[in-house]
Amino acid sequence: MISFTDVTKVYPGGTTAVGGLSLVAPTGKITVLVGPSGCGKTTSLRMINRMIEPTSGTIEIDGRDTATLDPNELRRGIGYVIQSGGLFPHRTILDNVATVPLLLGWSRTRSRQVAAELLERVGLAPELGKRYPNQLSGGQQQRVGVARALAADPPVMLMDEPFSAVDPVVREQLQDEFLRLQAELGKTIVFVTHDIDEAIKLGDQVAVLRVGGVLVQLASPAKLLADPHDDFVADFLGRDRGYRGLAFAAAPELPLRDEPVVLLGSPVADGARIAAGDRWVLVVDEARSPLGWAEPEVLTGVIDRHHLHRGGTVARLGGSLRAALDAALSSPSRRGVLVDDDGSLVGTVRAQDVLAAIERRPEGAPA
Amino acid sequence: MKWFLGHLPQIGSLLLNHAVLALIPLVVGLLLAIPLGWLARRYRLLYTPLIAGTGLLYTIPSLALFILMPLILGTGILDPLNVVVALTIYTVALLVRTVADGLGSVPDEVLQAATAMGIGRVRRFFGVELPLAVPVISAGLRVAAVSNVSIVSVAALLGIPQLGSLFTDGFARDFVDPIVVGIIACMVLAFALDLSILGASRALTPWLRTSRPAVGRAA
Repeated sequence: MISFTDVTKVYPGGTTAVGGLSLVAPTGKITVLVGPSGCGKTTSLRMINRMIEPTSGTIEIDGRDTATLDPNELRRGIGYVIQSGGLFPHRTILDNVATVPLLLGWSRTRSRQVAAELLERVGLAPELGKRYPNQLSGGQQQRVGVARALAADPPVMLMDEPFSAVDPVVREQLQDEFLRLQAELGKTIVFVTHDIDEAIKLGDQVAVLRVGGVLVQLASPAKLLADPHDDFVADFLGRDRGYRGLAFAAAPELPLRDEPVVLLGSPVADGARIAAGDRWVLVVDEARSPLGWAEPEVLTGVIDRHHLHRGGTVARLGGSLRAALDAALSSPSRRGVLVDDDGSLVGTVRAQDVLAAIERRPEGAPA
Repeated sequence: MKWFLGHLPQIGSLLLNHAVLALIPLVVGLLLAIPLGWLARRYRLLYTPLIAGTGLLYTIPSLALFILMPLILGTGILDPLNVVVALTIYTVALLVRTVADGLGSVPDEVLQAATAMGIGRVRRFFGVELPLAVPVISAGLRVAAVSNVSIVSVAALLGIPQLGSLFTDGFARDFVDPIVVGIIACMVLAFALDLSILGASRALTPWLRTSRPAVGRAA
C-alpha cells in the first residue's frame, strides 16, 4: 500500500505542482492518476520513488516513510516504466532487463536467466534478447520496458504514460496484455495517463487531478462514470458516459436464441436454404467460431472469406452489458453474436433484450 | 627517394618522437576534458565560462605558447615537456565542448530511467552517460589528434626533434627531399591516428552498427 498524506510540491519559482494530495493506492491494485497536463500527476508519481522530493507531507510504502530510506535502495525495489521505454541504447535487450538484478548483486548467470524468462512473459521471442533497442519496434521496446521494471520482482510498479508512444492498435494490445499480466502478478501499481479511456480501462481506482495537483475525485471507473463529482470530472470523462459505464456491468442471463449457421466454403445455395428467407446468415468455421455474416441472395458459388460482412462485434457470454449491446447494435442482422470462452458460438441476442436487462438494474446503481 | 632510403633510421626515430609528443597530450587532455565537460553539463552556470574560456586557449599561437612554457613551468627551452603541456592545453580546449555536448546528447528519458532504477550518480556516469557520449567525443578526439600532429611540427623551431625537424633542415639547406618526406610522414601519422580512433570508437559502440527494424512489423 502506498499512502500520500497531505503531500505538496512547490517549485522554486512558486508554482504549486501538487497541492495537499492525500491518497491511498491499495496493495495489489492499479491506481490510475489522470488529468490534463499540469495537474501534477507525473510529479506525484516521481515523489513516490523520490526522483522528486516533496516540499511537505509524507509518502509511505507499506507503512515506511520513503523519506527515511536510501533513494537508490528505495528505487531498486520499485519498478518504473516510462513512455517509449527509456531503454539503454548501448545495452542488449537481455542486459537492459537484467539491470536491476545486477545492481542488487545477483550473479550474471541468474540475472540473465531471469531476464530471459521475463522477455517470454511479456510476449517477446528469446532471440530478441541479443539485439539492441533500436532494432525493435516501438511496441516491442515498450514490452522490454515492462520486463525490465519487473525484473527484480518489485512489489510496487510506477508507470508513466507507458503506452502513449505507440499506435492505437498496439496500445490496445499492450493494455490487454498488461491487465493479463497484472491478474497473474498482483503488483501495487500507480499508473499515470492523460487518456481517460485508458484510465477507465486499466484502473481498479481512478484519481482525477486538476491543474495544481488537486485531487478532485477518487473512485472506481464505474462509479466515476455513473457519478462524476463535478463539471470538471464530467467534462474530462467526455461523452457516452452511460454507454461506457455498461462496460463495468456484467451482463445477466440474457435470452439467447439459437442461430442457424453455415460453414465457410459451403455453396451459397446451402446458405440461402439455412437462412430460410432471412437476408443474413451467420458463417462459422469448423470449431463453430463465428467469422461474419453473409448475404446469400447477392452471392454465387461458394461462401468465401471475402464475402463476409465484418461489421459485427462479438461478445463473450458472461461479459459486460456494453459488449452484448454493442454486438447487437453492430450486427447487420440486428442479432448480436455471443461466444463462450473458447470463442465458439452459443447463440444470438437482440438489442431490446439487452436493454430490458439494463432497465431491470436497480436505479442509481453505479453500473 | 634516395635521401629517404638513406635516412630511414633517423626518420623512424623522428616519427616516433612526433607520435609520442602528439599522443601523450591527446590522452592527458581527454582525461582532463572529461571532468571539465561533466562540470559544464552539470552546472549550467559553468557552461559558458568553461566553454568560452577553454575555447580562448586555442587562440594562443602555438609558437608563443611553446616559448612561454619554460617561463611558467621553469623547464629548459629544449625540454619536450613544454610541447606536451602546450598541446595538452590545446587538446583540452578542443575537447571540453565536445565532452559537454557528447554528454548532452544522451536522451533525457534514458537518464531518468537510470535514476529510477536506482543506478547511483557515479555508476550512471561511467555505465550510461560516457558510453553513450562516445560517438560525439570520438569525433572531437579525431580533430584534436590531427591538430596535435600538425602543431607538434612547429616545435622544430625550438629545436625539439620530431618530423618538423625535417622542414627546418630542408629549408636551412634549401633541399626539398626532407621537406616532402616530413609532410608525407606527418600525413601518414595523422591518418593512422585518425583511423585508430575511428576503429576504437566503432568497437566501443556496437549498437550503432545494427539494422533498424522492418517497417510495419507487428508489436
